[in-house]
Amino acid sequence: MSGKRVTFDRHWLALLLILPQMLLVFVFFYWPTGEALFWAFTLEPPFGGDMQWVGWQNFITVMEDPLYWNSVRRSVVFALSSTAIAMGIGMLLALFVDRELPGYRGFRFVFFWPYAVAAPAVGLAFRFIFAPDAGFVSAINQWFPGLWNPALDGVDAMILITLANAWSMVAYNFIFFLAGLQSIPRSLVEAGAMDGSGVLRRMRDIQLPLIAPTVFFLIVINVTDSFVNSFGIVDITTGGGPARATDLMVFKIYSDGFKGKDYSLAAAQSIILMGLVVLLTFFQFKYVERRVHYT
Amino acid sequence: MADISIRRVAKAYGPTKVVHGIDLDIVHGEFVVILGPSGCGKSTLLRMIAGLEAIDDGEIAIAGRVVNKLEPRERGCAMVFQNYALYPHMTVAENIGYSLKVLGRPKAERQARIEAVARIVGLEEFLERRPAQLSGGQRQRVAMARAMIKEPQVFLFDEPLSNLDAKLRVQMRIEIRRLHRRLGGTSVFVTHDQVEAMTLADRLVVMNAGRIEQVGKPRDVYRRPASLFVASFIGSPPMNILKVELAEPGLVRLGSGTLVPVPGLGGVPAGGLRLGIRPEEVQLVPPGTPDAIELPVEFVEELGAGHLVHGELDGAEFVVALPGAVEVVPGGRLGLRLPAEALHLFDAGTGLRFDMPATAPEELHEIA
Amino acid sequence: MVERTPLLNLLTHAILVVGLLMLMLPLWIVFVASTHDFRTVNTVPMPLWPGAHMVENYVTTWNQSQFGPKMLNSLIMAVGVTTGKIVLAALSAYSIVYFRYRLRMVFFWLIFITLMLPLEVRIVPTYAVAANALRPFQEIINVLGLSALTDLLFGVRIVLPEAQLLNSYAGLILPLIATATGTFLYRQFFLTVPEELLEAAKMDGTGPLRFFWDILLPLSKANMAALATIMFVYSWNQYLWPLLVVTDPAYGTAVMQLQRIVPGPLFGEPPRWHIAMAGTLMVMLPPLLVVVFMQRWFVRGLINQDK
Repeated sequence: MSGKRVTFDRHWLALLLILPQMLLVFVFFYWPTGEALFWAFTLEPPFGGDMQWVGWQNFITVMEDPLYWNSVRRSVVFALSSTAIAMGIGMLLALFVDRELPGYRGFRFVFFWPYAVAAPAVGLAFRFIFAPDAGFVSAINQWFPGLWNPALDGVDAMILITLANAWSMVAYNFIFFLAGLQSIPRSLVEAGAMDGSGVLRRMRDIQLPLIAPTVFFLIVINVTDSFVNSFGIVDITTGGGPARATDLMVFKIYSDGFKGKDYSLAAAQSIILMGLVVLLTFFQFKYVERRVHYT
Repeated sequence: MADISIRRVAKAYGPTKVVHGIDLDIVHGEFVVILGPSGCGKSTLLRMIAGLEAIDDGEIAIAGRVVNKLEPRERGCAMVFQNYALYPHMTVAENIGYSLKVLGRPKAERQARIEAVARIVGLEEFLERRPAQLSGGQRQRVAMARAMIKEPQVFLFDEPLSNLDAKLRVQMRIEIRRLHRRLGGTSVFVTHDQVEAMTLADRLVVMNAGRIEQVGKPRDVYRRPASLFVASFIGSPPMNILKVELAEPGLVRLGSGTLVPVPGLGGVPAGGLRLGIRPEEVQLVPPGTPDAIELPVEFVEELGAGHLVHGELDGAEFVVALPGAVEVVPGGRLGLRLPAEALHLFDAGTGLRFDMPATAPEELHEIA
Repeated sequence: MVERTPLLNLLTHAILVVGLLMLMLPLWIVFVASTHDFRTVNTVPMPLWPGAHMVENYVTTWNQSQFGPKMLNSLIMAVGVTTGKIVLAALSAYSIVYFRYRLRMVFFWLIFITLMLPLEVRIVPTYAVAANALRPFQEIINVLGLSALTDLLFGVRIVLPEAQLLNSYAGLILPLIATATGTFLYRQFFLTVPEELLEAAKMDGTGPLRFFWDILLPLSKANMAALATIMFVYSWNQYLWPLLVVTDPAYGTAVMQLQRIVPGPLFGEPPRWHIAMAGTLMVMLPPLLVVVFMQRWFVRGLINQDK
């Protein structure tokens, strides 16, 4: 962590300056997190009274619940497949925009508009396009009746939300891949050309290896964001159904906690989810980023 | 090795013309240095030879083949970049051997050739390292090895020594010359450093603002600069330039009134006349000699082997280079004589050398 | 570079055009759907060119779902979050970068950690706090026995008033400011400001507040623009949090409204997609406009913050 050589001495002022943010961070981040921990380990008795300490009971309840594992499985499939699609397409578009053929500026300008669209708006748009009885995709049903129906078929529903999420994320990945590609010094690409390497070969031998750090970084961001976006999309499109086919983790926490009013259970699930995300980020920082930087 | 023929080559970026119709012939086996200040178009010209920039007008031919439309890999050139452009994720061996890998040469052959080339540049010990682990000079040598392994017809150097410290630069200069002689390719070397240019070149091409000012052997360019630009660009400290008027045939008058004989001078160009003399060719005469130029000494730069005396003449700085044995006192006065054989005359209007002889040992180019 | 790859160039353009279609088609469809009438919009497949009912649909949507006040609420929330973020993050980053005190690194890490956990991952506890924002402090006071102490001494217990943040602008805005995004952006930027600037300022006798106001802030304008665009889009697009915190429709945001216009089948009646799509477009428009017009700042902000 680099720092300034020249600084000011007025400690009290420094504390004052940082106070507002620290207060907010404390009140809206650390305290709630602490409370969630507390609730995760306690249970409110059915007829009122103080919270009772129940140790790992809540966690065990959660882990033994097949519905929970269902939501975990769904979330993992959702996260991984939308990440793969969004990153693959984002990288492809970035590689070809980077070639800077005439007109590239127009593409670049337009390619990340989708990022501005809110998750529920994306959800609603895709719900329309993929609706079983309106939109476009259901045209298939005219030839193969009943083939496409996300309201009834769990797999169709998953496809719907996965595509919606991937669509959102392509823009973000595109920006970062493009930035990564453009930070490769032009002279490296020229040296490659002088060495006889053609466009595609240079992409494979020179450009892709050098944006490896970006790839790893984006994987973590994409996975984390899929958790974030999942709620907006699921709530608007499938409501967790059909038959819990799209009951993703964040949505389930919301349902259990706010619809079902079971705060302890929701808290336990929250803790597990938070732990997962922290682990993921940590892993990326500690092990992956180190290996992959060449300079 | 190959001839390079450059005919009417021009390039513009949008409305700005960067290279104006250049003609140049490079003979096979030559080491040609293109010298000029930043922005004069020298790198652009080099990159047009390499195929890294498109040629807007004119044509470039290598070994008799017009290469305008050819991709870099089809031209038979290798380039050493200013910041080496080594692939950071590959080892030294992989960097050097990359072009062979692209050609699909078998591993054993690649290995052998990499090692051979590494030995030539003294990098055998470093083949498994990554560029980030090497010093500037070592990276430079990897860049050269990478160029050499292709056994190209033409070597192109884009200011490769600018990023090295002074001592290393001198060392590498010698290495580059040595390699050139050993490998026998045609080399085109671009730099803004005139010392580098003078020491490396078989022939020197001086460029300014997209045009060639002069082409010739370094010694000839030094002794007979074809323009004011070349005269003040080459030589350190730079040539003294004085504004003079014709007093009578064979005699010019300095601003201060002193007369200087210039045998054979009949008339002056319409744009005015400039007189040039290099600091080391000014002669010292005992003070009080009639017709001597008096120079008040402002300060003296001590070089060890000699000193540079700075004074003011006709309102401009005038520098005299004297051997160490001569004593000079700041605040004193020097008596100077400008020998006729050391004088250079220039047309102030066009900037060109005035008084061009009928027979010239070198080519003097300037392009419309 | 001289490159003769006509086939590859064709492929490049083809891929980019396909990409363009994939990304723009949904937006186009939303637009087109919002211009058709009830019957056309429900035909399968829907025609891909706009219809003639745009104005009437938008007017209906606006009136029926009270989009006016909702958009206003969204605006207030977005502006509030953006302004709050820009100010607070600047102050915190300044404190961390330009002062040296023992707790500095502690605060830095405390803020850094918040980057890892976005709001959606910790909604349950954050909601409880919003219900009474002063509760943490009340609990702390209780735990520390301060309340008991004052009771003993003065016969009075310290009871903090309930600061209920539900159904209020404060509730919408404050929790969204509590993360590290902007602070890191500023920090990265401050670290690139040359040391000599501060040295010269000190020689001129400038104190820390003046330095901040006169020198650092004007330099940070580009940064602030970048942060402003990201935060505006981010806060406008918030869904889960407003949903939890606001139950009174008077405080509903535009994005929340999307849930209300979701066309559910009503006695077998086909959904009113044209209204839903019109609403979607209206909600999408402000952040989209920001991204379109402030694109340079937006991209710069995203990249600098995550690096």
